[in-house]
Amino acid sequence: MWEMASQRMAFGRTLVEIGRENTDLVVLGADLSSSTKTRLFEKEFPERFFNCGIAEANMMGVAAGLAASGKTVVASTFAVFATGRCYDQIRQSIAYPRLNVKIVASHAGITVGGDGASHQTAEDIALMKVLPNMRVVVPADAIETSKATRAIIESEGPYYMRMGRSDVPTITSEDDKFELGKASIMRDGSDVAIIGTGIMVSQALKAAEMLRHEGIDAMVVNMSTIKPLDEETTIKAARRTGAVVTAEEHSVIFGLGNSVAMTLGEKYPVPIRRVGIPDTFGESGNWDELMVKYGLTPENIVSAAKEVIKKKEE
Amino acid sequence: MLEKKELLELSVKANAIRRHIIDMVYNAGSGHPGGSLSATDILVALYFKIMRYDPKNPKWEDRDRFVLSKGHAAPALYAVLAELGVFPVEELLTLRKVGSRLQGHPDMRKLPGIEASTGSLGQGLSIANGMALAAKLDRKLYNVYVMLGDGEVQEGQIWEAAMFASHYKLDNLIAFLDRNKLQIDGETEQVMSIEPISEKWRAFGWEVKEINGHDFDDIIDAVEWAKGVKGKPAMIIAHTIKGKGVSFMEGSVHFHGKPPNDEEYRIAINELEEERKRLMEELSSLGGAE
Ligand SMILES: Cc1ncc(C[n+]2csc(CCOP(=O)(O)OP(=O)(O)O)c2C)c(N)n1
Ligand SMILES: [Mg+2]
Repeated sequence: MWEMASQRMAFGRTLVEIGRENTDLVVLGADLSSSTKTRLFEKEFPERFFNCGIAEANMMGVAAGLAASGKTVVASTFAVFATGRCYDQIRQSIAYPRLNVKIVASHAGITVGGDGASHQTAEDIALMKVLPNMRVVVPADAIETSKATRAIIESEGPYYMRMGRSDVPTITSEDDKFELGKASIMRDGSDVAIIGTGIMVSQALKAAEMLRHEGIDAMVVNMSTIKPLDEETTIKAARRTGAVVTAEEHSVIFGLGNSVAMTLGEKYPVPIRRVGIPDTFGESGNWDELMVKYGLTPENIVSAAKEVIKKKEE
Repeated sequence: MLEKKELLELSVKANAIRRHIIDMVYNAGSGHPGGSLSATDILVALYFKIMRYDPKNPKWEDRDRFVLSKGHAAPALYAVLAELGVFPVEELLTLRKVGSRLQGHPDMRKLPGIEASTGSLGQGLSIANGMALAAKLDRKLYNVYVMLGDGEVQEGQIWEAAMFASHYKLDNLIAFLDRNKLQIDGETEQVMSIEPISEKWRAFGWEVKEINGHDFDDIIDAVEWAKGVKGKPAMIIAHTIKGKGVSFMEGSVHFHGKPPNDEEYRIAINELEEERKRLMEELSSLGGAE
């Protein structure tokens, strides 16, 4: 029903557009520029693209130095390496001095597929959101990826933006407004609110449709910025529905579900369930099979929704 | 020098491994043929000729260890372990499937014979250091072999490990550098030059030898030489061809991480089959074929 499109491609194309306007934009890669699509920028602006080789920690340090010298820097590689591999470099050299570096990662989550646990990551949002000064953006589709790319480059300071490997359903349109730090309500509803991020927003929309057939009216919220969390919309959704489900392709321990639960726990407690990757490493497999095995389907969201509704009625 | 017959037998093994690699990545629809094929001859020489290893007891305490630091070449290692009988050959085709023990990158908790969980590049040499150190602590005589990629050595951790190995005089550590000249974004010398690579290892306190990584005599001689090095770790820089053994994969960046399509698969299998027949004929002309 939805068209499928690549977030990575949207990111790469947008970088080229911005590169034409902003001559201070410098892009760094780590031997994965064809995968992250920074190759497009390299072709157009070879003098402003630097391949750092398979040396992610050095890439983050170079990004910091460039940013300290007035450049706007995009550093890009797979999510597992972009965060875990060079965590201390990001912490000390980028986040602490609040430098203008945009870490844009592809191949996040479990939908990486065949490469398996070593290349999948369910921890990247956690690692980045706990860092002071770091902001975390997870666009839901290709259109939103373009807008988010532009927004984080225009906004000063460090950002982490997360994209998947696989093509994802296009669920937003060009005319939709995108604002950093603002969630968007994809569908109104009064029985339960499903707050999703990234690829799980489309799963949430499918779940809402399934729930409708059972007479349950679900609201769907696209939380495209995880940090700072849009607390206003989160509380509004909880107040309107009295029951919340979160959905993310990330560990349930310290991702979107955790942010939402903390916010609601302190400010507006309602029954809540987190749909996400359990506390385990992933494995090789086709991405759609992995979504089933690791509990990331619309059906998982539906049963979580029923649970919270039941809880609220108790 | 190997006897002609033994040389041919190793070549037949390598041919079988290459065939498994192609079958596996084709069947999985993803995976890394290029770096698996370049590493094949070294793996065959190690496991079928050089290492003290008991396939029936892959946990044997005194076994030589092999760490595949460039973990994406897992198909080559899996094929070798299966051919040795560590696990059934039929299992090879489960590569990268949900529930398989044959993960896209080696998982030491899932599959017997895997010594280290690798895949994130740059980490295997440190792990091998730890194993070599443990052998010294336990007064064991096993050697630790490790294989690095030539793109992989761009990682800073490799050089931290290089320093450590010579500092602690790990002469039971023998490293191979699969110098196939390519990484993902292109040639190593274009992406991030690593040359002069021999001098770098020497400067870090290693003994270094350069060989042809597709010549069994060269590989075996080099390991003999490395075993004779005392008080230092040894690095064998093996000049190889990425995609070796399948004409259109040789020297190709494209086949780093792409499986062959249907047509390419057919051609690859044909080529390997032709090579197998040629080797078998040569073997039988020696009166040595089974
Ligand atoms: C830390 C890390 N960064 C990036 C990657 C992605 N990656 C997988 S293989 C590869 C290229 C490896 O090149 P090389 O070491 O030369 O291997 P070979 O040519 O033998 O396949 C890269 C960048 C990775 N696996 N680990
Ligand atoms: Mg290489």
